[in-house]
Amino acid sequence: MALTLGHYLALGAMLFALAVIGIFLNRKNLIVLLMAIELMLLAVNMNFVAFSHYLGDMHGQVFVFFILTVAAAESAIGLAILVLLFRNKNSINVDELNSLKG
Amino acid sequence: MDVKTGFFYLFSLVLLFAALRVVTARNPVHAVLYLMLAFSQASALWLLLQAEFLAITLVLVYLGAVMVLFLFVVMMLDINLDTMREGFWKHFPLAATLGALVALEMAAVLMSGFRMSQPVQAALAVGQAPVQVSNSKALGILLYTEYLMPIQVAAAILLVAMIAAIALTLRERKDSKAINPSEQVRVRASDRMVVLKMDVTQPGQAPQPPDVAGDAVAKEAK
Repeated sequence: MALTLGHYLALGAMLFALAVIGIFLNRKNLIVLLMAIELMLLAVNMNFVAFSHYLGDMHGQVFVFFILTVAAAESAIGLAILVLLFRNKNSINVDELNSLKG
Repeated sequence: MDVKTGFFYLFSLVLLFAALRVVTARNPVHAVLYLMLAFSQASALWLLLQAEFLAITLVLVYLGAVMVLFLFVVMMLDINLDTMREGFWKHFPLAATLGALVALEMAAVLMSGFRMSQPVQAALAVGQAPVQVSNSKALGILLYTEYLMPIQVAAAILLVAMIAAIALTLRERKDSKAINPSEQVRVRASDRMVVLKMDVTQPGQAPQPPDVAGDAVAKEAK
């Protein structure tokens, strides 16, 4: 049984589902939430690369390149905000981040 | 089942196991390490898909930079693990149901919908090199011709992200006793010492306040 595009897409789907499970399970831990988002982006990138290979179109890989750029920027700023948050509130528990609530 | 398929299943299984451990690991440091394993397996899978440049970029950028950043932040923060794990198993049935639903639906559609096993020989676009070039070269040609403007924007985004991350975490420490070298260099001799002229005091006589006469002399000396 040769490898088909469907194999890679199913793998991406499972990876995405695992990341969704992770967001549900670690609702309190902000840093694991960030990691689950990284996993989701990886699943999307996997689909892009698979389509790019099987359709013979390089534009998908260019798109993955830009997604990697934006994801790196996102995680850098997210971690900076996390450090700032921990410095001010001494906790990264999502439940305690309600100071904007009226 | 050829070698490529075998490697695909090997990398996929390790990838899915690592992803599962990322979201269930008790210690966040272990979660980051499993995430690194997951990214390395994804990079190997991209090598199977002949996307060499992106696979190496994933290792360099993600394993080398982003994950190390994660690791540093996790180690810097003092996280109370017990409060973080509250409600973990309470949410598990809902999470597992939703996750299984997402995976099954997507897999059912995708597995049956995309059975192509051979890459399509794409109709070559205008300006695309018809000869077989390496993956990095093809990507580079595309990036620096058609996507020149987006790549500049991406560079600007990275710059803004770097400035933002530094500006957010920079803080002036109030309690540090560092010296300012610039002020130190700019100091003049007259700032360091003021010569005061004082009248001679006789025993039994109250001393004169030196400020009036002394300051005038010191100003003349300047």
